[in-house]
Order: sequence, then structure tokens, then C-alpha cells
Amino acid sequence: MEGRFNMGWTLIRGWAVLVYIFMFLPVAVVVLLSFNASQFGNFPMTGFSFRWFVELAGNEAILRAFRTSIILGLLTALISTTLGVLASLALVRYRVPGANAISTLLIAPILVPEVVLAVALLLFLNFLGVNKSFGLLLAGHVIFTLPFVILVVQARLVSIKRDVEEAAMSLGASPVQTFFQITLPLMMPAVLAGGLFAFTISFDDITGTLFWKPGGVETVPTQIFAMLRNSISPEINALGTVMIVMTVGLPLLGAAIARAMARKSGT
Amino acid sequence: MSVEKREARQPWILLFPALSAVTLLLFVPLLFILVYSFWLRTATGADVAGFHLDNWQEALSDPFYRDILISTLRIAAITTVACALMGYPSAYFIARSQGNKAVLLLLLMLPFWISYIIRTMSWINILGVSGAINSVLLALGIITEPIQMLYNEVTVILGLVHFLLPFMILNIFVSLDGIDTNLEDAANSLGATRWQAFLQVTLPLSLPGLAAGGLLCFVLGAGTYITPLVLGGPRDAMFANLVFEAIITQLNWPLGSALSLMLLAVLGALVMIYNRYLGMAQLMKGLG
Repeated sequence: MEGRFNMGWTLIRGWAVLVYIFMFLPVAVVVLLSFNASQFGNFPMTGFSFRWFVELAGNEAILRAFRTSIILGLLTALISTTLGVLASLALVRYRVPGANAISTLLIAPILVPEVVLAVALLLFLNFLGVNKSFGLLLAGHVIFTLPFVILVVQARLVSIKRDVEEAAMSLGASPVQTFFQITLPLMMPAVLAGGLFAFTISFDDITGTLFWKPGGVETVPTQIFAMLRNSISPEINALGTVMIVMTVGLPLLGAAIARAMARKSGT
Repeated sequence: MSVEKREARQPWILLFPALSAVTLLLFVPLLFILVYSFWLRTATGADVAGFHLDNWQEALSDPFYRDILISTLRIAAITTVACALMGYPSAYFIARSQGNKAVLLLLLMLPFWISYIIRTMSWINILGVSGAINSVLLALGIITEPIQMLYNEVTVILGLVHFLLPFMILNIFVSLDGIDTNLEDAANSLGATRWQAFLQVTLPLSLPGLAAGGLLCFVLGAGTYITPLVLGGPRDAMFANLVFEAIITQLNWPLGSALSLMLLAVLGALVMIYNRYLGMAQLMKGLG
């Protein structure tokens, strides 16, 4: 252990600290500038103010974008998690011939570059007569988030032992009863984690969304992108701060809830 | 129906919705744009079905597309190397730290959750004409005019590194964390210096993680069009920008299909090579 305190370790630690600063400094500056009283979205700071948050709350376009993003994210999470949990159950719980090939097929949407996925889906659905619409957006988000849900849920499902279920069945519970009273509660942390992951990815997506969204409909990221076209306004920084609080706060909250639930159910 | 038969059918029923979604929303559309790339878009905007090689000829022989493809691969390669150089020591620090590994890792994963567009645009606050660096330099009297630092290839790479570094660190960490530290101690006790032990024991054992992180950084970096739009100048377009232009701006969908498939072929070949030698399992470990 004494080797840990040699110069090499000091260098590594210093390097890591610099990397942490690199990762966080720009984000910290966004938060700092969102409280800037100046009417320009940049330095110098002329005072501390909440005015940009107030203005944000009154900006109809941004509120609409938030509503779109949240509805889209929730529906994506619901559909994607349902499909993902069913598929994960099959892959973890049953001996399926060709399970490896099936896994690869199911995670293919993240192996294909998102731009290509976006183009293929847009053009194909258009060919079928489905124009750019909320439905197309939802289909795109579902297919893009599905692999992440499957990976997360599968990883957690492995740790749930079958013994408890077998015990329930041997005590006379039907398979359906067993699923809803034993398996599902045990799976809940995995399901929530998958859903949260899907929601966050959907909420943050811009690459595919710009291809799929109908004219006039904006999600929060595309709204920010459109605002960037003009110049960086303090409102964007305020919006960024709200997004940071949401996207960092929500998963942390979710993780805490999942952990609490896992502890309660004794796994 | 016998119990065994039902038991054998159950997983397929469970898999059916997800497999149909992937088939109908990914594989069939990919086949469709393959066919579509041989169609023609006429000046009136109508498509002519058939087997025309025009789009492919244009995509493959026009030096404009070739140059942008090469510069896209160059940008992705530089980004990947930068992520490896910045990420390896950081991942090593987290994996071998005496402190709270989970907290250190969580801290580094936080940017993962922060919106990509916010993180990308945040560099404008740092590097812009009235950004942090220029403000400090002006206030100190080191410069009298703000320096134009934004909107070039370097800022595109910077933005990509900032976006992709967590992928790299997470993957390297996963493989470093799985290495028994006794191995390094054993090498030391057999006379190797710490540096030798690292080079000959730890580094080779962590290469799968490095490769997985590298693949992710390269493929995600080479497929982006948002970063060049936000942080690049007019001449810093990447290949995905060409796809976006063809599909959304010019509405030349057959040509856009051909360009998309070109990008898929190049990046898909990389994924295949990776899969051939290292397999997907390592990649899944880092993602899951």
C-alpha cells in the first residue's frame, strides 16, 4: 500500500481532478449564468437574479416543449419498459434456443448509428403513409430506448432467485398469482430503473427527434437547439439549469426509491 | 397441449412484442432504405422506383462526400484517443481509490444524465467572445480584444470529448475493477517495478474495457451532427450533417438513403470487427 503514495499516484490523482473539473466546469457556468441579472446570456455577471426563471415560466413555447417532452417521455417509458421487461423475462427465465442471437437483435438499435435509424424509420413509415407526427416520434423513441431498458432490466433480473416463486407455486398459487404477487414486486426496482432510463433518454434525445418531429412541435432539446440559432440568451442558461436539476435530480431520486424498495422487500 | 409444449412457447410469447418492434421499426426500415437508395428523386419531387445507380455513384465518387467522410473518421479517431488519454488515468484513479468508489463513480456519471444539448452549448459560455476565458483575460489586461476560439474543428472535438468521456471511463473502470490487485502485488514481489507491473499485468488485462470504450466513443462520435452544428463553423460539417441536409433540407430522400447506408457500412464494419475479436459481452457490461 505504501506505493500508493508515490509520485505516480499523485500524478494520477491530479489528472483525475483535472478531468472532473473539465466535466463539471462548463455545466457549473451554465448554472451560474442562469442567475445573472444582465440581459446578455454571458459574462460579466452584473448581479444575482431569478428574473430568467420567471421569464422562463411565462414563455409559452418553452412550456409547450416541456409538456411535449414529458408526455413523450412517459409514453416511451411505458411502452419501452413493457416490451423490455417481457423480453428480459424470456431471456433470463427460460432456456431459449438462440438466446445470444436474440439478445443481439434486441440491442441492435443502439449498434446502428442513431442518424441511420432515424432516416430509415422516417422514410419507411412515410412510405407506409405515416407522416411526421407524434406517433412517429413515439415509435422512434421506443425503438431507440428499448435496448437500454433490456440491458438494465436483464442485469437486475438475474439476481432474483426463482426459489421464492417456486415456493409460492408449491403452496398453491397459480402462475398468474405468482407473477403479480411475487415476481412483479421483486422486479419492481428493475422495472422502475428501466422506465426511468427510458424516460431520461427520451427526454434528452435530439438526434432522432429532429428527423421525426412534425413542424411546429418542439421538445425541450429541439427548443433549446432552435433558440441557440439566434444567440445564447440568459433564458437558455435558466432552461439548462432546470434541465440539469430534472435530469440529475430525478435519477438520483429514482435510485434512492429503488434502493429503499429493494431493502424493504429484502433482496 | 402438453405442459412441456406450453413451457416452450411461453418465452416466444414474451419475446414477440419486442422482436416485432425491432423488426418493424428497425430491420424492415433498413431494408427499405436499401431499396430506396436505388430510386431516383426527380426535380418535381416525385420518386422514380427502379434500379438506378445514380445515388450510389454520386455518394461514392464525389470527392466532396469522400473528403467529409475522411474528416469525420479523423475527428472521431482524435476524439477517441483524447477520451482514452483523459479517461484511463481517471478510471484507474476511481478503481484503485481508497475512498468511496461509488461516490467517485457517481460524480463522473452525473454528466451522463445532463442533457447533451445543454452540455454542448455550455462551451459557448466558456469559449465565446464574451465567455469565461475571454472575460478573465480581458479583465487581467492580457488581451485587449476578445479571441475567437469557437466554431472550428478543435471546438467540435472538445464538445465530443466532453460528451463521450463518461462512456470511456465507465468501460475502463468496469474492466479495471474486475482485476485482482493481488496480481500487481505478485508482479512487484517478483521484482517488477510498479510501472512494469502496470504495463505488463494491469494494462493488458484492462484492454477489453479500453476497446469497448473506444468503440463506443468512435461510433457515437462519427455519427453525430448536432455538435458540429452547435460548436463547428460552416466548414466543419461531419458525415451525419450531409445525411441531415439531404433528408431534411434538400428532401432528396433516395440520396439520403445511400449516404445513411454508407455511414452504416463504415461504422457497422467496425462493430463487426470488434464483435469478431472481442464479442459483445464486454460492451454490454459497460452499458448495463
